Amino acid sequence: MEALGYSAADFYYLLPELIITGGALLVLLVNVLVPRRGDLLFGLSLATLILSGLVLASFAGVDTYISRGLLAIDGFALFFKAIFLVSAALTLMMSAPYLRVEGVPAAEYYFLILCATLGMMFMASGVDLITLFIGLETMAIAFYVLAGYLKPSHKSNEAAVKYFLLGAFSLGILLYGMSLLYGATGTTRLDGIAAALVGQDRSLLLAAALILLAAGMGFKIAAVPFHMWAPDVYEGAPTPVTAFLSVGSKAASFAMLLRIFVEGLGVLTPDWQVVFAFLAVVTMTVGNIAAITQSNMKRMLAYSSIAHAGYVLIGVVAATERGVVAALVYLWVYLFMQLGAFAVITMLRRRDVVGDELKDLSGLFARAPVAAIAMLLFMLSLGGIPPTAGFMGKVWVFGAAIDQGFIWLAVVGVVNSAISLYYYLRVVVFMFFKDEEAAGSEIVIGPAMAATLTVAVVGTILFGIYPQMLFEQAQAVAGSLGSAVTAAALQ
Amino acid sequence: MDAFVFYLLATLILGLGIMVITARNAVHSVLFLVLNFLLVAILYVTLSAQFVAVIQVLVYAGGIVVLYLFVVMLVSLKKAPELRSDSRRVGRTGLLLAGVVLAELIAIVWFTSASSGAPPAQAAADFPPRLASDAMLNTERLGWVLYTEYLIPFEVASMLLLVAMIGAIVLAKKNL
Repeated sequence: MEALGYSAADFYYLLPELIITGGALLVLLVNVLVPRRGDLLFGLSLATLILSGLVLASFAGVDTYISRGLLAIDGFALFFKAIFLVSAALTLMMSAPYLRVEGVPAAEYYFLILCATLGMMFMASGVDLITLFIGLETMAIAFYVLAGYLKPSHKSNEAAVKYFLLGAFSLGILLYGMSLLYGATGTTRLDGIAAALVGQDRSLLLAAALILLAAGMGFKIAAVPFHMWAPDVYEGAPTPVTAFLSVGSKAASFAMLLRIFVEGLGVLTPDWQVVFAFLAVVTMTVGNIAAITQSNMKRMLAYSSIAHAGYVLIGVVAATERGVVAALVYLWVYLFMQLGAFAVITMLRRRDVVGDELKDLSGLFARAPVAAIAMLLFMLSLGGIPPTAGFMGKVWVFGAAIDQGFIWLAVVGVVNSAISLYYYLRVVVFMFFKDEEAAGSEIVIGPAMAATLTVAVVGTILFGIYPQMLFEQAQAVAGSLGSAVTAAALQ
Repeated sequence: MDAFVFYLLATLILGLGIMVITARNAVHSVLFLVLNFLLVAILYVTLSAQFVAVIQVLVYAGGIVVLYLFVVMLVSLKKAPELRSDSRRVGRTGLLLAGVVLAELIAIVWFTSASSGAPPAQAAADFPPRLASDAMLNTERLGWVLYTEYLIPFEVASMLLLVAMIGAIVLAKKNL
């Protein structure tokens, strides 16, 4: 192996990914070999994620390249991998009761969730266009299938087909951008690209590559005007999958976006800042305004998630270490509030009712006070009201923008937050002040769901009151992004 | 000269691409796609990417398009007009094509048995692994790069294919 340029360290640092792979395969095997499975598959999948997380935690402070420089094991990668593992674990926990109600097979579902997580981990670690692309594709294919997992449901079928067609199209655009970038620089390594771009004239080729890459990534993070798929897919997909899609997939795409643009195209920062500033403004505005008119909770949260991608983009536009920190913090905070909100909607799915319409929430406080209070917290956090985590995330993002002289961008962001309060608070009105009880049987909060809600609530409150811990972590890792070449060139 | 060939090929490829999406008949559309793939393969050859060219012909022009044809015929959009035409003519064309394939197979057997003398001693001498170098042939070099430098992405791609396979089964099978 040594002769081929690999050492034991390469595989040691791949352990979290290897564990996920092994766990995913084991889930399939157990499904076939063990007759009375019960909750075994669920436990196995969760144990896989936890084990992988423990190994990951032991890598804290590592900063190295493995696999002949194709993968980076640095703070940035670990930070994002932690997001993926936590969101995957929470998704699994809210899935278990949901799958029983829907009556769909569990083994393949868990397998696909684990494989999507695997793809995301490579997206966070990859420092080579090929690795990044393979990771993205692994995640995307798992999600295409997961979106269509409820086969009898026409909405779910529609979601899968739409996501697949538009996803394939956008991947084509992304690949085209990558190939042009390869043509302009002669390498697929991000550090090589950064080095090749220093002192290079802005050519038409480079401009085309930049725009195509931005469009391809824009689709993945559901930024306007590449967001058309999001509402339909979010509405049709099984609710826990929607949750994972809006948190995990989005975070992974942001990881890839930051890697490509900050680390690879750092020299072109002034050029792509303009592109992303424009995207951030339209994404926030269109997302928030469209969310106002929605009567379906999943659609509403889809538009809200589009708007939140806009807030994170502000952090990307700021493009300094502070901006990256803001984006990282925001993605963590967003994980808890968004997954929490989806957990409540998942809970409303019972045998006799789908439960994803706004009116299904009416009188929720009377029927399930705990769920209603948790939902209140998530809505306030999504709207950015102190002392929740969402407020701290927004403060940091807007602060980074002002710091970099993008005051107008911060103003647009604040105005948008104000708009968003309208539809978040409407949910609260429905839950607390509507007297008529929604249809459907009693709402049961099982142990797995209770655990999910607890984690989400604790995260939302903890990072709202005591955000320093998260900031310090993000600050420690943001420095590992970006290449020395770029830093020198920008001086 | 190179530029001329490139622009000629590019024009033809784009033209065929337009034909693919404008053809009324789905079968014609797929056949235009085959031509398109073949021309792209020639483009790869002009770029000295012979291996990619061969793969392009084998996988895309060969495998993928056959799948497309299956799908087109299974969903039976509109019946292709020439399928209803003179069955004798179709039979004769079929016979002709069968003859061509037979001749091809005989030629392959003939030439390979004539040229294969002693087993290639060269390969054995090369056995101690080398890293990719400029002296290697196109395919050999590609193989080295793929299985050394890009080993991890290659392995991840195998997981990707497994996901796609499981996914196809999940979506297509009535009861799991």
